[in-house]
Amino acid sequence: MMQAATPYLAAFRARWRTTLRYRAAALAGFVTQCWWGAINIMIYAAFYRMAHGGDGAAAPFALHQTITYVWIMQATLALMPWGCDPDIADAVRGGAVAHDLLRPVDLWWWWFCRATARILGRLVPRALLMLAFAGLLLPRAGLGAWALHPPPSIADAALFAVSILLGLALSACIVVLLNIVTVRTLSPAGGNAVITPLALILSGNMLPLALFPGAFQTVLILQPFAGLGDLPCRFWLGTLHGGRAILALGQQAAWLAAVAVAGRAALRRTLHRLEIQGG
Amino acid sequence: MNGLALWLRYARASLAGQVRYRGAFLMQMAGHLATTLLGFAAIWVLFHRFGTVRGWTVGQVALFYGLVNIEFALTETIGYGFERFGDDFLRAGAFDRLLLRPRWTVLQLLGHQFRLRPLARLAQGAAVLALGLGMTPVRPLLFTAPMMLWTVAGGIAFFLGVLVGQAALSFRTIESLEVVNVLTYGGVEAGQYPFDLDARWFRRLMTCVIPLGAVTYEPMLAILGRSPHPMAATLAPTAGFAFLAIMLLYWQAAVRRHASTGS
Repeated sequence: MMQAATPYLAAFRARWRTTLRYRAAALAGFVTQCWWGAINIMIYAAFYRMAHGGDGAAAPFALHQTITYVWIMQATLALMPWGCDPDIADAVRGGAVAHDLLRPVDLWWWWFCRATARILGRLVPRALLMLAFAGLLLPRAGLGAWALHPPPSIADAALFAVSILLGLALSACIVVLLNIVTVRTLSPAGGNAVITPLALILSGNMLPLALFPGAFQTVLILQPFAGLGDLPCRFWLGTLHGGRAILALGQQAAWLAAVAVAGRAALRRTLHRLEIQGG
Repeated sequence: MNGLALWLRYARASLAGQVRYRGAFLMQMAGHLATTLLGFAAIWVLFHRFGTVRGWTVGQVALFYGLVNIEFALTETIGYGFERFGDDFLRAGAFDRLLLRPRWTVLQLLGHQFRLRPLARLAQGAAVLALGLGMTPVRPLLFTAPMMLWTVAGGIAFFLGVLVGQAALSFRTIESLEVVNVLTYGGVEAGQYPFDLDARWFRRLMTCVIPLGAVTYEPMLAILGRSPHPMAATLAPTAGFAFLAIMLLYWQAAVRRHASTGS
């Protein structure tokens, strides 16, 4: 069993280390996300304070909850499926993707491990910096009103951890799906251009899903991208308990399984009649 | 050949290259159009839930949103050479080739690539602006139309100034500084809303230190007839040109000190 997992772990480790090397990029991303978060918070604060006599009664979340939501979204921005693995896009263009096919490994798992490692390598430094900034530095600097609040209980924190791990796996599955699309269409541009806007809006990254009109709420919660941001955030805020918590985690697991199975089937069909470009 | 004719020839060559990949181009346009439209959808949803904010209606915010997106989209079409300067020119040593040609480096970089992709942002910016104009009473057309053009010109100068500054800074770092995205993409994000929604320190920063407010917020107040100092607001886009001039001086100084990476 251990033996069988070795190549996948090696792929994971190599990719994780490479990604962590880009420290300047991580720092730049962190600064940009702080700025983004600040702008968003100012806008939400203006809407909450000014509308309906100042108590934000029209909103499902209190302002401090929305602020926490914004910071978590900014901290986990790297979790989004930003597109096909750039190495694999290059390999498809040059024909070197044939090397991947020659390896005595399950290609889907191989790509899944690479995708997970790359997302984690980008996510961990940015998220830690952001949590330290918004959760520790801001309250100490007297900006407690702008700060990230911790989850209300240990149980909520644990549920958040489970939910975000499911989100990570789902994101990696989507990246593998985008890899497959790239192998088929020979260009990563199309798939990436479709997935990125979908993921940004439907995960709640642009705007908390709860703020959308009430008629859409059920659909928004049930669609797969909610698991990439909105559901983990709700767990962090402590708004999902009991049956609803189980339902949310079940939703995430079901989509994860569905995307994984679809990806494996698509990969099998793609490899069945594959033409390699270049030479 | 004069400068403008040369630039037009650069632009034509670049356009001819891009339309060759028609399928990929159309798909990317669709994707970017969707992304930017969703950006305005988010604002719409906020207004739908909260009504108005500080007396601003969704139609008025559409004007701010459309204006800043048009300004940035036009800058992106011509400014790509500066945006990618550190990575594509300095690190590879390709900048030395530009220095050998008997033309101004700025002109050559402006002609590096005339990009079509930002046209998606331009299209949706124009659509949202038109929507806003349809929903909101503004000053008479005789004032609004020239003022809008003048503001867009100032806005292009401002954003181009940011990109030139980013490129000049990369003489020190030998890579494109992504932190400048705070001013470009972050500037667009900030300029989409009226500035009096923001905290005071932010407003000061955005008006006094970086003249973003001078090419978005102040002139739009004049167009809406809400400005407390209409004369000053009408002249405000000048600050965008002043910013560009300062950045060009900085660029010239940086080019004079330039030592090639030699690769």
